[in-house]
Amino acid sequence: MYAVRLWSVRNARLLERVYDLFEPALVRLHPLLRRIGYDRLEKPMEVVERSVKGLLFDCQMCGRCALSSTGMSCPMNCPKSLRNGPCGGVRLNGHCEVKPEMKCVWVQAWEGSRRMDEGDKILECQKPVDHSLKGTSAWLRRTRELVEPAAEPVKKAAS
Amino acid sequence: MSPDHLLDPGAPLPLLPGHSSRGRLERVLRSGKFAVTAELNPPDSADPREVYERALVLSEVCDAINATDASGANTHMSSVGICSLLTRAGYAVVMQISCRDRNRIAIQGDVLGAAAMGVANILCLTGDGVQAGDQPGAKPVFDLDSTSLLETIRTMRDEKRFLSGRKITVPPPVFIGAAANPFVPPYDYRALHMGKKIAAGAQFIQTQYCYDVPRLREFMARSRDLGLAEKCFILVGVGPLASGKAARWMRAHVPGIHIPDDVIKRLEGAENQKREGKQLCIDLIQEIREIEGVSGVHVMAYRQEEIVSEVITASGIMRDRQARSQGRRVGKEKATL
Repeated sequence: MYAVRLWSVRNARLLERVYDLFEPALVRLHPLLRRIGYDRLEKPMEVVERSVKGLLFDCQMCGRCALSSTGMSCPMNCPKSLRNGPCGGVRLNGHCEVKPEMKCVWVQAWEGSRRMDEGDKILECQKPVDHSLKGTSAWLRRTRELVEPAAEPVKKAAS
Repeated sequence: MSPDHLLDPGAPLPLLPGHSSRGRLERVLRSGKFAVTAELNPPDSADPREVYERALVLSEVCDAINATDASGANTHMSSVGICSLLTRAGYAVVMQISCRDRNRIAIQGDVLGAAAMGVANILCLTGDGVQAGDQPGAKPVFDLDSTSLLETIRTMRDEKRFLSGRKITVPPPVFIGAAANPFVPPYDYRALHMGKKIAAGAQFIQTQYCYDVPRLREFMARSRDLGLAEKCFILVGVGPLASGKAARWMRAHVPGIHIPDDVIKRLEGAENQKREGKQLCIDLIQEIREIEGVSGVHVMAYRQEEIVSEVITASGIMRDRQARSQGRRVGKEKATL
């Protein structure tokens, strides 16, 4: 929801701190998650993640969450799905070129990033989106990558 | 039989040490001269003459000609097609690639093809949204964005591999460029954003139309503070406005163009608005040239190549050298067509 999305950017610091508690918690749960099976957890986790992040960020479930690098403004809501900053078409009132009624996702991202402790991550270059990850849980993927950094990048839940 | 006799001399210059490309634009910039690029308006036609006619006008006054890629989200002759025509005649080109219409598979193939034709410069753009053009029902692709496109081409050139990691036997020797728009929000992020593009591989920048010199000065001061002006050649976009009415129309309809009210007032207050528009552009070029860290100008005007040529000549910026974006294959027979 648009109003909630704007709230999230205004409260980017709070959300950053919540996530900073949430991520290590998931990592601690890793042995349990592995026992249950990441593949088996994929579907229920995806439902939870979609509901929570859908509400807060209008999350599009790209599968490779960038929110902590984009001021808690989801770049997939940019009509050009830009992952690395605003295009040159931003209107003088800070609204979107394509959807004039919407504030530019990246103007928001910049504002949100200035409120965050690690907001300068917005300056790091993001890789192109891997479209084969769409619709999968970024939380589970991130957890596995943190616990098993040497392992092959986790591509996709077994289909 | 060896195919050497089929090779096109589109990139006739030898590769100099420390250079990325065999192009003239990189040489001019690295030698510290004030560079001039100009935009060619692509025809809505399959006639190569229309491309050559426009190129002839521009090549006299600039170091490289930009071939646009469906700018404004309107279909015209493709940038690949135009570059093919121009490089075979020996012109120096900047091939524009927009992320709007093609995915990473198509774009990487185009980069190799372009380099094979002799394209020495590639400008990486996001592209206007499809809503800006006459086919708003088209599917917007935006698989890459301009920054990841820069990184992709740099990887192809410097690491000799595609995004997938697969090897490239002969990498594309291209000089890589990006766009910047200092004139729209978020203003305090714009220089940092350019820095991100430079980190991703941009070696030159062509900016959006500049009609707001104080804003440009701020942007350049910030860029100098960040050390960006030394890492990259910044060419500032300029263009003649045909009239106050045309300026108002552009401001309202073309995404990303900011024209301050006093500029429009100056045009509307003039007896001959068209002449005033040209003079304004000449004044802008001369003012911009004095700003520290600016390496050149990029001149654009919708379907007015002759006026672009007049403006560049009158501004005197090419006086220090014989301007030539054309190469050895452009002889008299080509010139007369």
